[in-house]
Amino acid sequence: MLGMWTFLITEVLFFGGMFGAYAVYRNMYPGAFASTSRYMDVVLGGTNTAVLICSSLTMVLAVRAAQLSKRKDLILFLILTMIFGSAFLGVKAFEYHSKWVEHLVPGFGFQYEHAPEYLHPAQLLFFLYFCMTGMHAIHMIVGLGLLTYLLVQAVRNQYNEYYFAPVEMIGLYWHFVDVVWIFLFPLLYLIGQRH
Amino acid sequence: MATEETHYLNATHGWKSWLLTTDHKRIAMLYLISITLMFFVGGTMAVLFRINLLQPEGIFSAETYNRLFSMHGIVMVFFFLVPSIPATLANFLIPIMIGAKDLAFPRINLLSWYIYIIGAVFAMFAIIRGGVDTGWTFYAPYSSTYSNSYVLTAAMGVFIAGFSSILTGLNFIVTVHKMRAPGMTWSRLPLFVWANYATGLIQVLGTPVLAITVLLLAFERIAHVGIFDPNIGGDPILFQHLFWFYSHPAVYIMILPGMGVISEIVACFSRKRPFGYNFIAFSSMGIAVLSFVVWGHHMFVTGEAMYTSVAFSFLSFMVAVPSAIKVFNWTATMYKGSVSFDTPMLYAFGFIGLFTIGGLTGLFLAALATDVATHGTYFIVAHFHYVMVGGMVMAFLGGLHFWWPKITGRMYPEAWSKFACMIIFIGFNLTFFPQFILGYLGMPRRYHAYPPEFQALNVLSTAGASILGIGYLIPMIYFAWSIKFGPKASANPWNAAGLEWQIASPPTTFNFDETPTVTEEAYDYDGARYYEPMEEVVG
Repeated sequence: MLGMWTFLITEVLFFGGMFGAYAVYRNMYPGAFASTSRYMDVVLGGTNTAVLICSSLTMVLAVRAAQLSKRKDLILFLILTMIFGSAFLGVKAFEYHSKWVEHLVPGFGFQYEHAPEYLHPAQLLFFLYFCMTGMHAIHMIVGLGLLTYLLVQAVRNQYNEYYFAPVEMIGLYWHFVDVVWIFLFPLLYLIGQRH
Repeated sequence: MATEETHYLNATHGWKSWLLTTDHKRIAMLYLISITLMFFVGGTMAVLFRINLLQPEGIFSAETYNRLFSMHGIVMVFFFLVPSIPATLANFLIPIMIGAKDLAFPRINLLSWYIYIIGAVFAMFAIIRGGVDTGWTFYAPYSSTYSNSYVLTAAMGVFIAGFSSILTGLNFIVTVHKMRAPGMTWSRLPLFVWANYATGLIQVLGTPVLAITVLLLAFERIAHVGIFDPNIGGDPILFQHLFWFYSHPAVYIMILPGMGVISEIVACFSRKRPFGYNFIAFSSMGIAVLSFVVWGHHMFVTGEAMYTSVAFSFLSFMVAVPSAIKVFNWTATMYKGSVSFDTPMLYAFGFIGLFTIGGLTGLFLAALATDVATHGTYFIVAHFHYVMVGGMVMAFLGGLHFWWPKITGRMYPEAWSKFACMIIFIGFNLTFFPQFILGYLGMPRRYHAYPPEFQALNVLSTAGASILGIGYLIPMIYFAWSIKFGPKASANPWNAAGLEWQIASPPTTFNFDETPTVTEEAYDYDGARYYEPMEEVVG
């Protein structure tokens, strides 16, 4: 467990670099950053946030099931967690696609018609958007792979109240990925919104 | 000795038993071979560009020179110094010193070596294709936009090698927390373990920031999104902040393990417990913490705000204090000790003297006024080579000599080793002391040509470099020789204290037949015992 906590601390520093870059540029170009919020679909982002939080809930229930030697529940909750995780990635893919269609992918014909004076800083924000959510998505995909491994092992009845450490550790990883999203969502989606 | 004993080197045979091993001792040996190769690659670059500096107008083109010093820096920093002691000596010794059979995560240990090799392959590919010319610091926007060299390949090599470093640090942290033998309390840990534990903390916290910095640089280079490009709103100084946030702590990754080695050697060859054990242990932790808040001292001339510079300058002075505490404690350990002058101790003396010079010149650089005058000159080059080469490499060689009998079961030839140590010491000072003067006189670094009045000092420096190169070759030869032909060593040829000296030389695969129970304090020397002559080593 200590190993997993230590690894997660390295991940904090890793994402922290990007959050640092975001902080610097947002401070330099507040107007431009606020103007990008019209392209961020708060409904989709909010849905994704809810989906991830639910997936963390099902993950915790999975760990609990392992601790109580409840194989069927463990399998059920692992599958639910994976469904939620995949749903998140599906929504993300849809969002990425719509960004592509609207020419908002930096380096691939980026355009910013509605506020041309913000072109370059907006490009910066979108670069950070893709970097940060992309890194997050990669971590989610890895997480899905780890959950698949857990599922296979759970089907083989490998976990019970004496041995559930991998479920706990991967659960911790999953929660971390969720927490990263909790920070990403307001910073990327909710700036400049006047709701 | 009638029968050949089984130990970790001969327990299993075949290349698979080495390439798929999980034995921390074998992995340490794999690393030792790899980093030695990289050391010679980086060293060759140095020889070449020092030849260039024999003539004021240079011998190679500026392009070539830029690539040579850049690759020298990248290879030496990321592929030699950062892994050096942690991946070799610490990998080998930490489990034994705490009474464990292996590290906490043996397979991750092996994985970290493979990751290192993949990173090294990227770096070698970059070198073969012509290298990068950005300097090891990869400053934007040159590296991100304008350079025509293999920035991406080299950057990917560094990115990958960073994960090797993170995994090693993670392994050490968990091992020291969770795998100490009964009775091995924190205050009984050898100082070498404390030093590598602190190093592991820095590796784990700092290297991810380098990873993301290099990744952002790669995206900038591929997609020109503008994160570091001032033409489209980016900020090149952001790159410098992000880069130095890792690279400053990195230099402490590159010195703390060396300090741990020196603590062990000085204690053994003074036949005395290290003076101020708690101070040395906590100073390692203090250095680890303070190392993260001084990065701005690399950027005093980049337009940092005045108060920011003052804060970084003050903190840089503070970070020198724990290092100085160690130097005082080592010296105090020798006072009224029974000092002998075997090769490891000679390297320790060299370290203490040269690291002190390097560290003091670091203070000149922490002071704002003198830094503005010497930034970007050879003064800086001399400063960091004094601490890195005069310090860390000396400590590495000292540690190799000290633990060689334990690692290989053989002794190296003492006369040759003392001779080599002298050659290295003389060569090192001849190479780098003139560079302090050159820097003070204003010769800038990273220039292939220079004003003719600097030639004499440059020639001295190059002469020193050749001597230093020969000095490094000699141990390679006699170490290799000793593996087959050196006299066999006993379990404790130095009569040293510490768990590693209680087991056979070389150790068996699982180190201990039974987990030891530790009842004594560390460094159970008493000053009255005299050191036995070398003849008793054989047996």
